[in-house]
Amino acid sequence: MTAAFHAWPFVAGAYAVALVGTGTLLGWSIVALRRAERRADALDRRPGQES
Amino acid sequence: MHRFANPARFVRFARPLTAWCGWAGLVLTIMGLAGGLALSPPDYLQGDTVRIIYIHVPAAWLGMAGWAGIAGASFAQLVWRHPLAHIAARATAVPGAVYAAICLITGSIWGRPTWGTWWEWDGRLTSMLILFFLYLAYIALAQAAGREEGGQRIAAIFGLVGAINLPIIHYSVLWWRTLHQGESIGLTGSTIDSAILWPLPIATLGFTLIFLSVVLMRMRTMLADAKVEARMKRLASS
Repeated sequence: MTAAFHAWPFVAGAYAVALVGTGTLLGWSIVALRRAERRADALDRRPGQES
Repeated sequence: MHRFANPARFVRFARPLTAWCGWAGLVLTIMGLAGGLALSPPDYLQGDTVRIIYIHVPAAWLGMAGWAGIAGASFAQLVWRHPLAHIAARATAVPGAVYAAICLITGSIWGRPTWGTWWEWDGRLTSMLILFFLYLAYIALAQAAGREEGGQRIAAIFGLVGAINLPIIHYSVLWWRTLHQGESIGLTGSTIDSAILWPLPIATLGFTLIFLSVVLMRMRTMLADAKVEARMKRLASS
């Protein structure tokens, strides 16, 4: 019972590491993709440029 | 495979797949983790610490699968000279490194209450740490190579050679019996009770779909950057 009581800080810590890692990876990838596609679209819209 | 050698065709296919994988992955991950935290029972020996399995095992699987993906893409780059292979390998490296790190950290957190130590130079832990360092080396190599073909080939050879570590990680628990337990999930079944096991495949599939979504996003980012770079070069020379 004592072991189970002390388990939760370890469980919470492990889940926090996984969720923060996954969230950062997802967020960073979304921001980088949006920025890169916006730059490419802006070049496509320049007059006299083929898409 | 060569159907997607055209970047424009690949992006048309990847755009809906990115969103689909991302959303399905998020839903399945939430379902798997909620089931693991709230519905599955504690282990009779480990108590609630067993719940770390629902993030540690998917992270270990993705750390290893990521390098298998790099090795496969490197093979396609060297043998078939597939134009997207180097981009696919580079796009896989960062998420693979992140999940290898998550596997090591969550394993260490799990080790403290169950083994009484944060770290042990055990075969499984050490070979996984080597995989993480291989990822860092691959990222540095691929970054340094840029668009230079010779450098990209060196990164691909490194990606193939590094795959030697994958069977070492897998069989490490059989070759060197120390702290890490032996294989508990195999192709023929599992030694884990089904009441504890069921959220694990759901969480693993969820994390895998998120991983795929991130790889596709990173590939699209690299293709968009390459397009901008090529256009700028053309503008500068005209």
